[in-house]
Amino acid sequence: MLEIQGLTKRFGGLTAVRDVTTTFEKNRINAIIGPNGAGKTTFFNLVSGYHKPTTGRIIFDGQDVTGLRPDQVAKLGVARTFQSTTLFDKATVLDNLIVGHRLRTASTFWDVILGTRRLKEDEHRCRAKAEEVLDFVGLSPVAHHLAADISQEERKRVAFALALATDPKIVLLDEPAGGVNPEETLGLAELIRKMIRKGLTVCLIEHKMDMIMSLADKIVVLDHGEMIAQGTPAQIRSDQRVIEAYLGADYAAA
Amino acid sequence: MTSKTLQKPLLAILLVLAIVFPMVAANDYYIYVMSLAYIMAIAAVGLNLILGYTGQLNLAHAGFMAIGAYTVGILTVDYGVPYWIAFVVAGIVSAVIGFFAGLLSLRLKGHFFSIFTLCVGFMIYLVIEKSDALTHGTVGIIDIPAPTGIGPIRFDNTWSQYYLVLFFLVVSLWLMSRIVHSLLGRAFVAIRNGEDLAETLGINLMRTKVLAFVLSTFYAGMAGALYAGFVRFIGPAMALESHTFDMIAFILVGGIGTLFGPLLGAILLTWLTQSLQFLQDFRMIVFGPLLILLVMFFPQGLIGYWRERQVRRAAASMQDRRLQRSVIGSQQEVSTNA
Repeated sequence: MLEIQGLTKRFGGLTAVRDVTTTFEKNRINAIIGPNGAGKTTFFNLVSGYHKPTTGRIIFDGQDVTGLRPDQVAKLGVARTFQSTTLFDKATVLDNLIVGHRLRTASTFWDVILGTRRLKEDEHRCRAKAEEVLDFVGLSPVAHHLAADISQEERKRVAFALALATDPKIVLLDEPAGGVNPEETLGLAELIRKMIRKGLTVCLIEHKMDMIMSLADKIVVLDHGEMIAQGTPAQIRSDQRVIEAYLGADYAAA
Repeated sequence: MTSKTLQKPLLAILLVLAIVFPMVAANDYYIYVMSLAYIMAIAAVGLNLILGYTGQLNLAHAGFMAIGAYTVGILTVDYGVPYWIAFVVAGIVSAVIGFFAGLLSLRLKGHFFSIFTLCVGFMIYLVIEKSDALTHGTVGIIDIPAPTGIGPIRFDNTWSQYYLVLFFLVVSLWLMSRIVHSLLGRAFVAIRNGEDLAETLGINLMRTKVLAFVLSTFYAGMAGALYAGFVRFIGPAMALESHTFDMIAFILVGGIGTLFGPLLGAILLTWLTQSLQFLQDFRMIVFGPLLILLVMFFPQGLIGYWRERQVRRAAASMQDRRLQRSVIGSQQEVSTNA
């Protein structure tokens, strides 16, 4: 699904990501973990086109996407969420989601001026898509609330919904459970499983180890930009380098 | 975006009021002032597209209005081109210059973009002021012909010019309403909310921003062209950034990122300025604190405040209905169980 070959990103003298080679399988939950500053978000930025890699290649669905712009990568089916989602607080939740499907429509400026049927159909499709993904993430009850008035957990779900509205093949989630309580974390984990059942591929960055260990099919561990381990949760839990760099002796004992 | 059913009758009333206004106005001067407010509103509606909807503060906006006005002035006075041909050319010239200025300045983001456009605006001012041969320099262009009549309608008095300006105002708002309520408008708003997120949603940042910029400069150019035919005298000072700041004040007062905000602001502030005229330069002592209070208590502007309340109320009533339904549902359950 997603193949990373010798990916390196240098910012001046700092190497944020160093020679990472890995693959993410289709329809699986893949996790990237590591201490702060390990290069996890930079890794996401490289895959989704915000940064151009210094060297290395990114193959998505058999197609070389290295160096494409974020909007081009998005059109190919890579969606992502951010650690914090900037919504338009003065509009309703549903209104915020309609633009998410814009990239799958073809109407242009002239369609807007002339008010063509194509535009009306496109807008209808985008609205239907917004309602569909809102239902999928379980937020239909707050569809008509102002985005300013929803809870942190609901904001996380809206971010998921926005990503899903783009009709992606893979969804990159940057700390999807950051800042929500343990109970809500379970709910979000269930939502991620639901995305897998729907046929999507998920790749997430997360610090909540319990969530990762129970959720992920494959874990990639980054430290100082380097991949120090990859494998199943059981393999990662017993990996000596991972324990030293990140998990700590306590976690391994537990 | 809010309840359209409520808005339609309200719009009809406003339009009727605007049509009746010259008949009830005390004298022609009031009609003249109102027409000017409308022209400034058209320019401000354009600025609101790039500032309010797309989130890019373009400080060269008055410069583009001046380009439109000067295009009409130069073509009609020096080359004898009929007003309406010059009028159309004015919009095109502003948009074409806007395209290149946008392509260059939109490579910068946030404050850097604003500072750059401040310079672009000043360059437009300098070019107008220094090119004596083309623009008549500091003297300005005088005796610009009034818009020529269309069929039996003539535009040689304040009344008819008022209706002409009103017509273009309505067309401007109608077109803008189409744009901002469409998927394209949603793409603009997505860029304002967060450029990174917008790009992730597959929006081509540069192309979309340049389009918003060109459209806004087109509006500025048309407003300038109307201004030239209405005031019939133009000078280089109209390109100065202080006029852009006037328009920003209109937008802030009326409601940033709302369709009618710039119009409401333009009318309110124009009349406020007029009624404080007797204070001469001291009017700023009244004007300044008023603006500060407004920004403090209505940061979304008057229309923004009103709209937010409406959406909240709609959400609350929907919640009530859902609650009622669930209460009724559980009561029924209880009764069947019993």
